[in-house]
Amino acid sequence: MSEKKQRKPPTKKVPMREQEPVKRRKNFNEVALGYSEKEALAEAEKCMQCRNPKCVSGCPVEVPIREFIELIRERDYMAAAAKIKETNSLPAICGRVCPQETQCEHTCIYGTRNEPIAIGRLERFVADYAREHEEPLPPVTPKNGKRVAIVGSGPAGLTCAGDLVKMGYDVTILEAFHKPGGVLMYGIPEFRLPKAIVEAEVEFLRKMGVTISYDYVIGKTRTIHQLMKEDRYDAVFIGTGAGAPVFMKIPGENLVTVFSANEFLTRVNLMKAYKFPEYDTPVRIGDRVAVVGGGNVAMDAARTALRLGASEVHIVYRRSKDEMPARHEELVHAEEEGIRFDYLVNPVEVLGDDKGKAVGMACIRMELGEPDESGRKRPVPVPDSRFVMDVDMVVMAIGTASNPIVPTSTPGLELTKWGYIVADEQTGITSIPGVFAGGDIVTGSATVISAMGAGKRAARGIHEYLSAKAA
Amino acid sequence: MYEIKAKRVLNPSTKMLVLTAPDVTRVCRPGQFVMVRANETGERIPLTIADCDRKKGEITIVFQEVGKSTKLLGSLEVGQSVQDVVGPLGKPTEAEKKYGTVVVIGGGCGTAICYPVAKAFKEAGNYLITINGARTADLLIFRKEMEAISDEMYETTDDGTCGVHGFVTTVLGDLIQKGKKIDLVFAVGPVPMMKFVSKTTEPKKIPTVVSLNSLMVDATGMCGACRVTVGGQMRFTCVDGPDFDGHQVDYNELMGRLNAYRDQEVISDTRWSKEHGGSK
Repeated sequence: MSEKKQRKPPTKKVPMREQEPVKRRKNFNEVALGYSEKEALAEAEKCMQCRNPKCVSGCPVEVPIREFIELIRERDYMAAAAKIKETNSLPAICGRVCPQETQCEHTCIYGTRNEPIAIGRLERFVADYAREHEEPLPPVTPKNGKRVAIVGSGPAGLTCAGDLVKMGYDVTILEAFHKPGGVLMYGIPEFRLPKAIVEAEVEFLRKMGVTISYDYVIGKTRTIHQLMKEDRYDAVFIGTGAGAPVFMKIPGENLVTVFSANEFLTRVNLMKAYKFPEYDTPVRIGDRVAVVGGGNVAMDAARTALRLGASEVHIVYRRSKDEMPARHEELVHAEEEGIRFDYLVNPVEVLGDDKGKAVGMACIRMELGEPDESGRKRPVPVPDSRFVMDVDMVVMAIGTASNPIVPTSTPGLELTKWGYIVADEQTGITSIPGVFAGGDIVTGSATVISAMGAGKRAARGIHEYLSAKAA
Repeated sequence: MYEIKAKRVLNPSTKMLVLTAPDVTRVCRPGQFVMVRANETGERIPLTIADCDRKKGEITIVFQEVGKSTKLLGSLEVGQSVQDVVGPLGKPTEAEKKYGTVVVIGGGCGTAICYPVAKAFKEAGNYLITINGARTADLLIFRKEMEAISDEMYETTDDGTCGVHGFVTTVLGDLIQKGKKIDLVFAVGPVPMMKFVSKTTEPKKIPTVVSLNSLMVDATGMCGACRVTVGGQMRFTCVDGPDFDGHQVDYNELMGRLNAYRDQEVISDTRWSKEHGGSK
């Protein structure tokens, strides 16, 4: 027998403190509480500072991960935050909502044998530290005299704006809502991403020189062509997201206690209906709620319904747990809070009373068949399996589609057959010269970080385009 | 912030505000609406643009005080501002076109709302008949404005205190029965009124357009709160409307959806009344 080297057992991430499930299911305070300095140092110490790190290749916004972790080890947290902000304008957001497990942490070399370094938690730690300790502004770049309009202040638009302002562009964001952030503000709930943090990250961009105009609906208040021709912007970036709700097209979907996840979450998050009647926007909440869908949005809607006082909340998903697109962490949090999961179930009708309220949801059972185009096993109906779920409110969280306002008001803009904008993946270039696009309006619904990556690449694309034009 | 430049009390429960909103006036057309949020804690409510002054950059909104949000808006005075005005939203009414004889019907506050559309029909060379209805004489609004642009004008009150004793459909039915050739009917008002106008014109298949007032949150096609069934299809009032073929709308569903937040509206309204010593 050959001599076996004694190896240390695999290590785990330093755990992050969380609010107890029994407590948090009744409030909107943040679930995850973040690392203390001691915890962050302990986690950072484990980083191997690889000569050829793989983590950064997994990051769509190219955060210098090794370098910022080294700065943590040196206890220079402010410098660590500044290091991240060189490439990522929204670290406090990314540290909270990025699926690190499929990105930087997935490619972490330390993670081959152990749990990977908790890069996301460390990013959150330094971003929060910087925000709470009067983070200084980076040096101002001299203006180059060129103006860029950014349509939409979601993750793609904010990232694009941040990068361009650092390159010396005069940047104006045009936002349809009265608050910045797009899905970060209307979609992701307070308990996962506090709105004060979104506003603080945006405020930082504003201090760096980004201008934001609210109540400004491109395609209505102004068109893309007007921005280019009349308002004389040198380039426009479209980052409007995939905001149109998708319904199942089953009977009973227009009952008054059936909502799109977009409506339900926008009322609660953007309009603060959870503080009704202090805030005027109301939200209805059932006693027994079914949320249809298996993504992060479905988890958010279910956990929000629970916090608003529903006594029983079900996630109804037509495939099995293995196929669920939601982040594992979100799924676990939902389970811990007492959300019930009905897998392999598909609604066929929402049943209503004479007042238009839902009194039940008829469903059929599914089983998994051969893999479909997405590679996931296709759910097929089980014959004669119809049953009725006893629910009085239904939230549809089965995805979103392209919002038609910008595409239909912009002649000459090439679209896919699903109404998304055709744009080059590396540069964001569209069919109209000077007009760039990125994020969900190009790819269909994806993640915050992939939209940020697209915003970053488009900023580079815009810079190349305008530099070439000037030459 | 959008400053209030003028205010008029049209009747005890209906108010008119003129707001500075130059970005909206630059492109708005008859039949479009704006989303208004009175203050930081306010909700977003859709209000049709009742008039627009491009030179001054001002729009006019008219609303009936039916609950907290409209009462809050109605409590603001000249010189104060509303937090947000977003628009113009929705598709414009196809009013800048010659049909022949057009009947424009306004019920209650709807009269003010359909005024710019009526004006556009008239300017496009149509023979304009207007029918304005209200519960009682005091509630009739925009009478002079409507009179100035109408070729024929009728007024109706439910209690007979002014004009024809009856409903707008009483007059409309009479016109149809007398064999008046009508090429288009455009109606704005309470849902039951639009429903019965559409019923009245249906037998003769007179094209009828109604402007719906669904609940909305974002009003840019994002939330689906304003969904309505038209001809068996799900449509969004905010981006597909607000105008739809009156003969195809599922009014009962619309009415149910408009009442979705009735309980919460009562809570907000009661709270407002307590704080402000009853409704003004």
